[in-house]
Amino acid sequence: MGGQQQGGAAPGRLAAFGAWIDERFPMSALWKEHMSEYQAPKNFNFWYYFGSIALFVLALQIVTGIFLTMSYKPSATDAFGSVEYIMRDVEWGWLIRYLHSTGASAFFIVVYLHMFRALLYGSHRNPRELLWIFGVLIYLALMAEAFFGYLLPWGNMSYWGAQVIVSLFGSFPVIGDGLVEWIRGDYFISDITLNRFFALHVVALPLVLIFLVVAHLLALHETGSNNPDGIEIKKTKGADGKPLDGVPMHPYYTVKDIFGLGVFMVLFAAVVFFAPELGGLFLEAPNFEPANPLLTPEHIAPVWYFTPYYAMLRAVPAFAGTQVWGVLVLFAAILLLFFLPWLDRAPVKSIRYRGPIYKVALMLFAANFIMLGYCGLKPAVAPFTAMSVVGTIVYFVFFLLMPWYSRIDSHKPVPARVTS
Amino acid sequence: MRPAQLLFAVLALGAAASASAATAGYPLQKARTDVGSLASLQRGARNFVNYCLGCHSAQYMRYSQLADDLALNEEELRDNLMFTGTRIYDPMLSSMPAGQARLWFGNAPPDQSLIVRSRGKDYVYTYLKSFYDDPSRPTGANNAVLLQTAMPNVLAGLQGVQKPRYETVPGADGKSVQHLAGLDLVSPGEMTAEEFDGFVRDTVAFLEYVAEPAKAKRKALGVWVVLFLLMFTAFAWFLYKEYWKDVK
Repeated sequence: MGGQQQGGAAPGRLAAFGAWIDERFPMSALWKEHMSEYQAPKNFNFWYYFGSIALFVLALQIVTGIFLTMSYKPSATDAFGSVEYIMRDVEWGWLIRYLHSTGASAFFIVVYLHMFRALLYGSHRNPRELLWIFGVLIYLALMAEAFFGYLLPWGNMSYWGAQVIVSLFGSFPVIGDGLVEWIRGDYFISDITLNRFFALHVVALPLVLIFLVVAHLLALHETGSNNPDGIEIKKTKGADGKPLDGVPMHPYYTVKDIFGLGVFMVLFAAVVFFAPELGGLFLEAPNFEPANPLLTPEHIAPVWYFTPYYAMLRAVPAFAGTQVWGVLVLFAAILLLFFLPWLDRAPVKSIRYRGPIYKVALMLFAANFIMLGYCGLKPAVAPFTAMSVVGTIVYFVFFLLMPWYSRIDSHKPVPARVTS
Repeated sequence: MRPAQLLFAVLALGAAASASAATAGYPLQKARTDVGSLASLQRGARNFVNYCLGCHSAQYMRYSQLADDLALNEEELRDNLMFTGTRIYDPMLSSMPAGQARLWFGNAPPDQSLIVRSRGKDYVYTYLKSFYDDPSRPTGANNAVLLQTAMPNVLAGLQGVQKPRYETVPGADGKSVQHLAGLDLVSPGEMTAEEFDGFVRDTVAFLEYVAEPAKAKRKALGVWVVLFLLMFTAFAWFLYKEYWKDVK
């Protein structure tokens, strides 16, 4: 890696330095295993950009987050003002803050597209079940990270959003009240809650996320990448023992992903510089008022990436005097994702060779998820309540009937080699 | 309140509050501000200092930043905008004590630093134009955008006095209800309607700037950032094509 074009006496010295390191740390071995000799299928398409983009956004969030913590004050009296201080008095503070707030939404967009790719091409199927499970755990950790982070600006929507989501745990019988008190560390969302959410947001969850991302990548490189044809390139190897349909990750996919990243950054910068609030979707208007425990916002809606689940929560009516059913539906909706590799019984992986039933089901599921997200942004009135109920049923039917419809669905013969 | 009750309350309240908000809407007028116009911002700053700052602070806005962004030197700033004994690096604070204000008006006048970001510029623009005569209120004035507002009609001298015009419409329960259809000017002020619109527009433009001083800067910079990234992406595309031309 690197250094070959330095010229003069440098290559010899650099090579010696590299050898010195390799005797003590497997630097070249790691580089070869995961980059220059990792064989990736050569037929990746548009959908395969989002993994590397997600990694980029994670790095961006960590770097901008570090700079934000240098000026942010995690206290109920100072938090709101310190964010405005960052926006006005800190050099380039507004840019750092907008990169971070836009990055949070971008992370979810990228992760949702990345997960949809798995559903398209069967990337979660045998032998990649653990890879998928690590991915779902990343998604869960990301939701927790976003939730804790959203309280930190200490705006009124921060406050009431946290209030609602924390109180979800209060609906559990017997332990509910104690559990909520334990989470908040107080009888209401207070300075104490803000402090612990800060600790979780800047230390605990980033560590969990980084650990899970490493596990996700190790699992990926153990099984090898899936591809749009859903076939194993390792089954067809050349005389040199390398898959015939593979290309080395570096330089082929590094240069390709730089291009993908470029397109992403153009769109990302357009939001950061021209519409950082994105019409109230990325930064909500009520959050420009400081947290006020005595003044509930007219309409509490979580940030857009949680709204599909929020719609499901509201879709379930309370009965037997408790709201716990909606909360259970919400948790079940996320837990179901873990079982996806075993729910799908089709003999082929990629949508290219699957029958019409799965194609229709997946498109319906994606449209339904977007519809649920839209309902979750809207107040709980007609027609959104009815739409949420239908959407919740469709969401669960997609998963729960999958073992049946994926088996009876027709399928086309799968080629031995990848197609372009 | 127990958490489970709170969850109930919030989920139900969301429905109730939004239902009432849907019926109470007084149509907002477009503010059509131009934060890129230095002259408009300077006039707005003068308006804010003369008519608003007596009661309303802009606690996150420093005079020094105002001077930088509005192209004013310290002398111009002191002569035109700074009337209290504040220093140039101080924030724009009202000298009205909050405790007293609460006694006088029932509510401390809210800080205006972020009002345009939390309520929207059209809201502030229409609010400032929609005061009307109402003898039943302690201040003698009411507001069509924010009914029962605690704020007195401080701009009446400029705008003149408005009276409400009601129309009778059938209500949800079949009975007819009085609906505020509009406001009519009954005695003129110092300004014509167009002059007053301009006055309010400048003031709102200034508040829009105050809510996000970096706004003009980020848009100007954004053009170059996006252009650079487009160029970068084009080069990345050619690099990608160059590397991949031998992959069959």
